[in-house]
Amino acid sequence: MQVTDRLSHGLEAPICLTWELTYGCNLACVHCLSSSGRRDPRELTTEELFGVVDELEAMQVFYVNIGGGEPTLRPDFWDLLDYSVEHHVGVKFSTNGSRITTAAAKRLASTDYVDVQISVDGADATTNDAIRGNGSFDVATTAMGHLADAGFKDFKISVVVTRNNVEQLDDFAALAASYQAQLRLTRLRPSGRGADVWDELHVTAEQQRTLYRWLLDHPDTLTGDSFFHLSALGEPLPGLNLCGAGRVVCLIDPVGDVYACPFVLHDQFKAGSVRDAGGFTKVWRESPLFTELREPGSAGACASCGSYDACQGGCMAAKFFTGIPLDGPDPECVHGHGEAALVAASAGRPPASPGHTRSGPVPVSIGRRPA
Amino acid sequence: MPAYALHPQVGLRPEKFGALAYHYGNRRLTFLNDDKLVAVVQKAHEYDDVDGALAAAGVPEQNWPAYRTVLARLAESEVLQCR
Repeated sequence: MQVTDRLSHGLEAPICLTWELTYGCNLACVHCLSSSGRRDPRELTTEELFGVVDELEAMQVFYVNIGGGEPTLRPDFWDLLDYSVEHHVGVKFSTNGSRITTAAAKRLASTDYVDVQISVDGADATTNDAIRGNGSFDVATTAMGHLADAGFKDFKISVVVTRNNVEQLDDFAALAASYQAQLRLTRLRPSGRGADVWDELHVTAEQQRTLYRWLLDHPDTLTGDSFFHLSALGEPLPGLNLCGAGRVVCLIDPVGDVYACPFVLHDQFKAGSVRDAGGFTKVWRESPLFTELREPGSAGACASCGSYDACQGGCMAAKFFTGIPLDGPDPECVHGHGEAALVAASAGRPPASPGHTRSGPVPVSIGRRPA
Repeated sequence: MPAYALHPQVGLRPEKFGALAYHYGNRRLTFLNDDKLVAVVQKAHEYDDVDGALAAAGVPEQNWPAYRTVLARLAESEVLQCR
């Protein structure tokens, strides 16, 4: 039986659960998936966070991917980390590094059950800071140094691949190697504030082919299986080549709403809330949205394409936020079917929501290629 | 014949197709695709060797060589450990 068949019946619990703890962030990255900035007064209380961990333990969720916002800004972040580990729920958390002091790094290095992922979006300060804000590269690399000094091996350096950094893949690999860290590359999605910059920053067709070959040559690179649409170029990439939304993956947002994946913070993909009767368990196992997502999908416009088995029509979120029907081609379809679909869909893009973006001047400009 | 036990850092979660095994140390996820295999993995520590565990789980004897191969692979990937 294929992995896809096994998963299509639905799992008792997600394999890859992303849990965003806060919309608060001390950065304002131009491509933020969750349009983070200000904390939301409705965010889960510490007691509610612990209640979610209790549920995850009972469901035997092996680990959670914690993010935000910047999760370490929550005053109860470290308590949650301890509570999760005590309850056999492993934690991998994403951070911009600003709170990873030498003391924090030592604490993190002392347990196997916590993994850390530091985000950078350029292999040098110029490229990175254009996306993530002035000074953010130095902050991130300082944190990497603290982790390495504390003996934390194999932490992750996480990069969203863009038009401006795709030529730095070897540099990212070298950066990771220099800290004994692992490189993780993920796809730029037109979600959150990413919708505003996607047209300028998503990789070109030629860059996609370069990226695909690089990933085949570097099979140890982590990707969260986010480039499965590139498998239509030939040999499949390692990992799960299908959209896991609601089947393998889901997202709990800072106010406890449960979405089908981390890239679709939109009412249409909201399955329920951990605050509902029955909690997260009932949302995962019984929500009508997740039940529907677990049914075999229609190949739609891609039915006659010989590559459908390889790419499964691509990423649901990328289609939705560019206005392409969910049974249409991925906007970055490697056979070029996305371009016509994008033109046809240009009027149908869902209106951007400001989310929790802080008001005031945007701190950085984009679109400039690094020298 | 080797004797096995579930690795102490591995969590096992029953699923409709069998079970998922997760190693908290190397963070690898493994699919166990049939109920008999899951039973062998869960009970392996109770038997002096692998054949004892296979017999107890009701695996037909003609399938033992195939199961031994799968179990050896699970030991290599640290889902099981040798005792």
